[in-house]
Formats: sequence, C-alpha cells, structure tokens
Amino acid sequence: MTEFTSEIRETVLRSATKEVVIARNRPFCIIGERINPTGRRIFQEQLRAGDLSAIDRDVAAQVAGGANVLDINMGVPLTDEADLLVRAIQRVQDLTDLPVCIDSSVLEALEAGLRVYQGRALVNSVTAEDERLAAVLPLVKKYDAAVIALPNDEEEIPMGADRRIELVAKIVEVATTEYGIPIEDIVIDPLAMPIGADTGVVVTTMETARRIRDTWGLNLTCGASNVSFGMPARHVLNATYLPMAMAHGMTSAIMDARTPAVVESVRAADLLLGNDEWGGSWIASHRAKQAAAAAVP
Amino acid sequence: MTPDEILQTMYDQTLVGNAPAVLDLTHQALELQMAPSSLLFDSLIPALEEVGARFERGDYFVPEMLIAGRAMAGSMAVLRPLLAETGVQTVGKFVMGTVKGDVHDIGKNLVNIMLEGAGFEVIDLGVQVAPEKFISAIEEHRPDIVGFSAFLTTTMPMFKANLNALVKSGLRDEVIVMVGGAPVTQEYADAVGADGYAADASATVKRAKQLLEQRRALVPA
Repeated sequence: MTEFTSEIRETVLRSATKEVVIARNRPFCIIGERINPTGRRIFQEQLRAGDLSAIDRDVAAQVAGGANVLDINMGVPLTDEADLLVRAIQRVQDLTDLPVCIDSSVLEALEAGLRVYQGRALVNSVTAEDERLAAVLPLVKKYDAAVIALPNDEEEIPMGADRRIELVAKIVEVATTEYGIPIEDIVIDPLAMPIGADTGVVVTTMETARRIRDTWGLNLTCGASNVSFGMPARHVLNATYLPMAMAHGMTSAIMDARTPAVVESVRAADLLLGNDEWGGSWIASHRAKQAAAAAVP
Repeated sequence: MTPDEILQTMYDQTLVGNAPAVLDLTHQALELQMAPSSLLFDSLIPALEEVGARFERGDYFVPEMLIAGRAMAGSMAVLRPLLAETGVQTVGKFVMGTVKGDVHDIGKNLVNIMLEGAGFEVIDLGVQVAPEKFISAIEEHRPDIVGFSAFLTTTMPMFKANLNALVKSGLRDEVIVMVGGAPVTQEYADAVGADGYAADASATVKRAKQLLEQRRALVPA
C-alpha cells in the first residue's frame, strides 16, 4: 500500500453520556496521562493499600486543564491490577463524563476494565507482536473499542521509519481482515522516543507519522512526554514537540494536560492548522482567562 | 603536556564528552609511558563519577551522560587490552540484559554507561534475553553481578523466572542479582528475591558497589 489517501478517519470514543471524535479535521484530542502510578511513589503506596482517592485530584486537574479523554493506568507491582483498574475506571466515570483510555499490558486487567466501562473505550495498547495481536484484538472486537497500536515486534523497537511502516501495515492487515476491526478504530502510536537519548528520534517519529497519515489516513497518538525525558525545561520541549507532530498528522496524544503552556500550544496549533473555525475556541479561551483574572480580588 | 596535565585534561574533556580529544590524549599518554591503570583510575572513572553526581543534582542531563560515556568508551577500547595484559582488575564484572518479552533498552543502556564509567566490565546481552541465555552468559563470563531490566508490568515476572533458572542451575549463590526498570520498585525486587534494586543509572552504580563490598566482606580472602 503506497497510494495516497485523503480519507478522513473518525475514531469515536464515548463515555455513558459524552462522545469524543478523533479525526484530522477536528481539534486535537488531549488524552490526560496523569492517572498512572509509574514513578509516583506515594500514589503507588496508596494504591497498594487500596486507597484510590488521589485519582480524584488527578481527574479534577486534568479536566480543568482541558483534557478530552483520560488515560487510566494502574500498573502497580504486587497488586491485583484488574481489580484496581476496575475500581479506578468506575471512580473516574463517577467524577467526569470524559471517555477513558484503558491502559494496561495485563490482559485480564484490560478485559475486566472493558467489561465495566460504560461507553466506547480506547485500549492502550497492542503491538505488532503476533501473541499480543492475538490476545488483545479479540477483546477490542468483543467490547467494541478502539485500539492504540505500536509498531514494535518481538525483535526490537525499530529505530527507522521504514520498518515501523512495515509493522503498521501488518497491524492494519491483521486487525481488519482477521478480527474485523474497522480501520478507523486503529490509532497508531508511531513511537515517540526521548530526544535526549538520540537527537534523531523525533525526526523519525515525524516521518513515520506523515507516512502513516498519507498511506492509510489513520489517526495517530503518542506518549508525548517521553520526548523530553532526561532533559531540562521539559514543558517547553513538550509544548514545541506537539504542534510539530500535529503538522505531521498526529491527531491525539497521551500528554500532560495540567500544564497550561503545553495545552495552549496544542490549541494554538489547532487554530493554525485550520481546525478551529474563525478561532472561536482560541478566542473563547482567551476571554475565559480574562474573566478568571478579573474575578481574582 | 606533563602526565599530570594529561590526566587533568582528560578528566575535563571526558566530563564534556569530547570523544576525539579523550582518544587523542589516551594515545599521548601511552607514548609518554603512562600506566593505563592511571588513566582509568585517576582520570576516566573520576570524570564519570562527577557526571553521575551532577546528574543526581539535576545539573547534568541525559545527553551529557551519554556523550561522557562515549568519550570514556573510546579511550577504553584502547586501554582495555593493555589493562588485561598488565593484569589490572576491573571493579567488577556485570552481565546485563532486558528480560524476555521486552525490547526496551534506553534505560538499560544508560545504566551500562554509568557502570562502565565506574570501572565495571559490562557484558550487555541486549533485549529479549531468555533465562537460558542469562545462565549461559553467567557460566561463560562468571560475573559478580547480573542485572535484569524490564520496562513493562507484564515482563517484570521474568525476574522471578530468571531467578528460578539461576537456582535450578546452581548459580544463585555465585552471582549478585540486581533488577530495575521504570515500573520496578524496591518491594517488587524484594518479593522476587533479588539482591538489589536501583531507581536510576547513577543509583545503580552506588548500589552495585555496595553489594560487591558486602559480598567481598563475606568471602574470606
């Protein structure tokens, strides 16, 4: 498949009451990354003790920050991840009507999460490994979800765009023909790697994204904060990276939704890329900020 | 340059990751008949120690760690055979690998750099390392420490599988086991029966040295 497609694919996510559509003619979909215990020692200890209350703060901050979807990861070692994930999903759904991205590499947890989730979830994630495809895709089909897919296989995380594109082709082929998953429900993560580890990695991500967009028109996502790992002034890097990725076809990202500078940068790019008609959202958010500033005594 | 000036300049240039300069200084030093062990212990290792200290303070960042490591590696490629000839002991031998099922290696590679920087001989088995492969590498290289790296909660259980394989092959008491990776915690390391855990590259070096000292204190000389 090398022909150019200009088709717009719509990935539809839902909570019980709200629908969010990821598409390249729509504002960028901000998937809040914060509900994740990795690297958060206190949160890990709370979760191990069965205390999920810290999630409430994370939900509030990300909703206030402008998230469109919330990622939920409960990957704490030595816990019943399925049980924690179920409780976290239910807690989040009690607090907000934003759709959820169910983030686990543990199959039982994914299935348990999908079973209790009310709406149409985004599953995070599957890779191009045969075993993972065979395990995760039936769940995606069964629960009518959308799925994030990463182009790495059993051998490696490919450092070049060509191999990543080959693996995307494999994922699309397997998901659509073997499992009957609609192509618009496949969201590809072209692999955002830390720029600090190799100065060429972001250019590769951009090239990969652009080629996926042009070949299949698929929606794209990434773990945007990975890019700035190990570097100073991470917010600036994140806020610069995202609009660049958007210009290459990125339509969503699992990202920092709590830092205004990062979110504003995404919304500015929405306008500049023609996805905020007459700047309506941009101007409205400016007014809201003015009003908030005026309200401070 | 005098030998002292060479050591100082080499330290400075390693600290800023100037690989060509460090390599050039290595050759200059050898022409002056300086001892390879002096270059290693009086210049390269102190430079990488300083890199680790700066990283811990937040004054140094990942790329600076990488290029300092690369500068040292260039010099070590020349020095290693000479050190072996003269029978200089390394700080310790470390076999390292990302566990089976896991292809992530950025963090592991940073750890390798800091271990080499501290004078360890690191044998990196790469990613997707099956228990049998760890066992045969341990049998072949007889390391002081073996390190298991995992980036996913689904691949962390391979630590236990690897440890079981060590026990089965009678090697468990021969080698110190360290584990690490983004989702790994001290509690998890304890639960699987590892000897040590560290949260990042420079902490790994400290912990590895500590574990080695404890081990060597136990073994009668």
